[in-house]
Amino acid sequence: MTTTIDNPVMMPVTTVPVPTTTYLTPDGQLISSVPVGASYADNTHLEWGDPLVPGAVVLDEQVAPRASWSGVVRAGQVLTIVDVGGNQSGDCLLYNAHHTDERYSAQDTLAWQDNAYIRTGTVLRSNLGRALMTVVENEIDRQDTIGGACSRESNTLRYGHHVMYHHGCRENFLTEGAKHGLGMRDIVSNINWFMNVPVEEDGALGIVDGMSAPGKRVALRAEIDTLVLISNCPQMNNPCNDFNPTPLRMIVSEPDTDLEYEADS
Amino acid sequence: MLKEDWVALAADHSTDTVLNARADARAQGGQVSDWMPYLPASSSPFCPDDVAPDSLTWAETVAPGGYTHKVLARGTRLRLEDPTGEACAHTLVYNALEPTERLNVADTQKIPWQAYLGAGHPLLSGDGRVLATILTDTSGRHDAFCGTSTAAWNALRYGTALPEGPAPAGRDLFVKAAAKHGLGPADVPPSVSFFQGVRVASDGSFEWFGSSGAGTAVELVAELPLIVLIANVPHPRDPRPEYVVGPLRVHAWRTPETFPTTPADERFDASPEVRRAYLNTLDYAEARGL
Ligand SMILES: [Zn+2]
Repeated sequence: MTTTIDNPVMMPVTTVPVPTTTYLTPDGQLISSVPVGASYADNTHLEWGDPLVPGAVVLDEQVAPRASWSGVVRAGQVLTIVDVGGNQSGDCLLYNAHHTDERYSAQDTLAWQDNAYIRTGTVLRSNLGRALMTVVENEIDRQDTIGGACSRESNTLRYGHHVMYHHGCRENFLTEGAKHGLGMRDIVSNINWFMNVPVEEDGALGIVDGMSAPGKRVALRAEIDTLVLISNCPQMNNPCNDFNPTPLRMIVSEPDTDLEYEADS
Repeated sequence: MLKEDWVALAADHSTDTVLNARADARAQGGQVSDWMPYLPASSSPFCPDDVAPDSLTWAETVAPGGYTHKVLARGTRLRLEDPTGEACAHTLVYNALEPTERLNVADTQKIPWQAYLGAGHPLLSGDGRVLATILTDTSGRHDAFCGTSTAAWNALRYGTALPEGPAPAGRDLFVKAAAKHGLGPADVPPSVSFFQGVRVASDGSFEWFGSSGAGTAVELVAELPLIVLIANVPHPRDPRPEYVVGPLRVHAWRTPETFPTTPADERFDASPEVRRAYLNTLDYAEARGL
């Protein structure tokens, strides 16, 4: 590729071809030289699912692989998250929608319930110890809030500096948080829906193969108006998405009746 | 990487237990990528010929559509290189000690009576000081008029603008880079871009000059401790329908001979305006004990 523009510094102008890829866009396609990471394989089995609780659906959105999402779930509404492709980590942060200094606290959540895993009945608590949301339905054995989020920076520790330009969940949280006035100081330890982080007997802890499957769901009832941030984890180096990033589906509904649940506390 | 390759690779992973997952992760170490930071910086495979590798403090190849950022000591030399002729280094600098002092593009063009960046041009803050000076320039095609791209612009131009997608906007990358220094979206001011130029025609329209070709470089000196943010995305006036941007090489180094500008340098007295800007800068540095 050369151009013929007159140039006082360097004649003729010669550029080195940059490799490009054709990507699909909402209205067509785009040829781009950006090294976008992997998305799910064509033969991936997807189950889009349905809301876990009966009621009027007030919001129903898909989160593309690798993308971020945010929304406010009003007090009393229920958010169903569908693991469409199976074992796709949905990294999640919660905030009091009206006062974001109050935000999800993994430590308060675990300490109050005296257990290291999130299960049905877990109350997702804030840094003030208050209930933000309650897990009212859950279709996998345990959900994670220990493993944190991947980032460009921590990926270099885990895998090497060659992955610095891989996309990461902290990038998604920054992108999505910026829409709500949130920045670095607002990114705290998060929840990872559908990710499996066991603590073994000798203390060994890490992300291992998931226990979820296409169409598995979790349902969260908002106890106060809650801002939910999601990063559909783009990680290409560990099993938090089966090495095959797939979509998530976010459904908010107004439940027909008050849901009964068993809170540990 | 092709999808088929990725699926095949996934099948190779054994990650059923924590110990297996650890072994799997550790087995990935030691690889190289076409875009990555080189650590230590002295290990850079692209160290400039005239620079001692041991003096390097930053060495990185920025991916097409990627961003990087660093805090640099006063006096550091910063060289940006465009190995393909397709890079576009949208750049912001802040006083690292007081980041409310930051690049002011209007003063950078107005005070030196010169719209086009080139060797000797100071990057001025809004506080009458020089944050960085361009020492050398083999491109000659830069821009301080158009700034970087926004998501709205890229959605219009390319049909998509997602930060994780094939057409990220420069501003969205700046916002993430700024966040990593405690700065918010309101702290992302107008920026300058290196390696892709426009010129103003007599009727005010922008003439696209584009690149000077492969292998050009600009070298700057940090006149104060700097936060440097760089987003490597196409210039917003790049006329091509494709989103084409090449990798960007970044090297910074410091030696006993790399000083900020002093009265002994010819550029200190290049004009009465810039002389006063350097005096202000030295005054600030002296008072702060830098
Ligand atoms: Zn992640």
